[in-house]
Amino acid sequence: MKLLNDFIGWVDERFPLIETWKYHLSEYYAPKNFNFWYFFGSLSLLVFVIQVLSGIFLTMSYKPDALFAFASVEYIMRDVQSGWLMRYIHSTGASLFFVVVYLHMFRGMMYGSYRKPRELLWIIGVVIYLALMAEAFMGYLLPWGQMSFWGAQVIVNLFSSVPFVGNELSVLIRGDYVISDATLNRFFALHVAAIPLVLAGIVFVHLIALHAVGSNNPDGIEIKKNKGSNGIPLDGIPFHPYYTVKDMVAVVIFLMVFCAIVFFAPDMGGYFLEANNFMPANPMQTPAHIAPVWYFTPYYAILRAVPPMFGSQFPGVIAMGIGAIAIVFLPWLDRGKVKSIRYRGPIYKAFLASFVISFIGLGYLGMMPVTPTYTLISQVLSVVYFAFFILMPWYTKIDKCKPEPDRVTFK
Amino acid sequence: MKLINKLWMLVLLMVPAMAFASTGVHLDAAPGNLNDKASLQRGAQFFVANCLACHSAAYMRYNRLMDIGMSEDEIRKLLPEGSKPGSTMKAMMDSESAKAAFGAAPPDLSVEVRARGADWVYTYLRSFYVDTNRPSGVNNVVFPLVAMPNILGPLQGDQALEVVKHEGGHEVETLKLTTPGTMSTKEFDATVGDLVNFLDYMSEPAKLVRYKLGYIVLGFLFILLILTYLLKKEFWKDIH
Repeated sequence: MKLLNDFIGWVDERFPLIETWKYHLSEYYAPKNFNFWYFFGSLSLLVFVIQVLSGIFLTMSYKPDALFAFASVEYIMRDVQSGWLMRYIHSTGASLFFVVVYLHMFRGMMYGSYRKPRELLWIIGVVIYLALMAEAFMGYLLPWGQMSFWGAQVIVNLFSSVPFVGNELSVLIRGDYVISDATLNRFFALHVAAIPLVLAGIVFVHLIALHAVGSNNPDGIEIKKNKGSNGIPLDGIPFHPYYTVKDMVAVVIFLMVFCAIVFFAPDMGGYFLEANNFMPANPMQTPAHIAPVWYFTPYYAILRAVPPMFGSQFPGVIAMGIGAIAIVFLPWLDRGKVKSIRYRGPIYKAFLASFVISFIGLGYLGMMPVTPTYTLISQVLSVVYFAFFILMPWYTKIDKCKPEPDRVTFK
Repeated sequence: MKLINKLWMLVLLMVPAMAFASTGVHLDAAPGNLNDKASLQRGAQFFVANCLACHSAAYMRYNRLMDIGMSEDEIRKLLPEGSKPGSTMKAMMDSESAKAAFGAAPPDLSVEVRARGADWVYTYLRSFYVDTNRPSGVNNVVFPLVAMPNILGPLQGDQALEVVKHEGGHEVETLKLTTPGTMSTKEFDATVGDLVNFLDYMSEPAKLVRYKLGYIVLGFLFILLILTYLLKKEFWKDIH
């Protein structure tokens, strides 16, 4: 024990070890009234680690080559010791990453976590989300199945609708005129090296920003306003050990869901692993129905809802892009007197509910083949989706809010 | 508020559970059971004897058949000339000449059931009917204009397509056995059932172990859940 203390002392004279531990864990005071919505931040971090580790093992046996990619995935599934497990952990992790991140983002919307002083924290979070979408999109090409190939084909073709530079831009992304071996290689490089590095960096920055401003809570009030004589917020408790032990419970429950999928339903009925993707990529044969994986479908539905204008798909692409980044403007669109949904009036609640319905509805329609009825519903839901943002300065201002409490509500 | 939270979670978790829209013909349910080793072995024997003439299963190794309870001797007996127990299942006919003969290269069958579904393959193999307009002399209800000849025809017999008009005008296509084959319909369905069962296993050999491992992992996590919950409760006693 003395040896250990000496060692820590030796390190601490040369590196702010104890200071860092205190600042980020044992003396980081988090509000004591976190509910279950507050688990999804640490769970996102957990899934990130799971994806990095399982990804490293997959990279050891995967071959980023149009001739061998599909076969190497089957090799992992059959001949590599526990390869199937690593592959299912990685494919399940991809979908569950989006599940926890969407829940994490929704938590921020409900409790006004994007409001002052957390605007920058929120922006960094949106950047993480965009990087995650790029990571998922590029990873999806790697198994080199029919859906990998044609999904990438459809999405990269969207870039060619950009005026003037579209064709050059899409060739730059593919490294070729069609999705090919060159595309597979560069997507592999970006998926296993570039974007994970970016993600690790901005996740770190996200945490630093969080610990500088402090966590919001379900009441949307600042615990730093009520400090005791020792300078510690009265409603704050040290993150470690209180939230570390609480998060451990959430981690185990999450892993139970995770493992139930990995071991009993890795395909998730075609939503996590699509049946078509077990056919090798064939550039000569277009599948009858191409749909992105479920986490992209809300934006895909917005894209398809916008009719082509001047013979170009570009307006739809713009709408899709704005749809994906719209949440970044929330800190400046929201004029409400209170942060949390608990003290908001009925108008805000109605708009938030309609936003959720439109997002899920668009997600469903984005998986479906195009029919006139579906297109019409997609258009209505797209309007609802954007109305949530565009009308926000107005409806948050006129909404009748309830008074916020001075102290957080606990039990 | 708590109830609303729970409802939200339920709604969000339901999204991936929404059913896929089905298209096209009605598919019969394949009678597969991956725990039935005898059925898997019959399917494997039938597959090697009949399907590998034209199709390959390029990701499947012969010695993997030990998974389904075959001994090394039994596997050796199955081996075509030039293959070792560790070899993958190659087609007897090469892809180019098969393409020249049938007009399309026979697909690799390693993951066919994962791509198409067991019900699809089960129904497809039993849905050939005589069509003299086709070069192979047969057509298929599930896969119209398919290039594959009905190699199971001698077992099943010949079928004819009959269109029955129902009241109200909607037409139903049914297949009727015109010339019996060497097997009764019941025997034939069972044989195809075994074959599809084997194809299902072959499309994901890990399926045989992942369920078993899954129960152990979930059991472990359940115990861990109790421990972590008690730990949390102990620590949070001081928070009021």
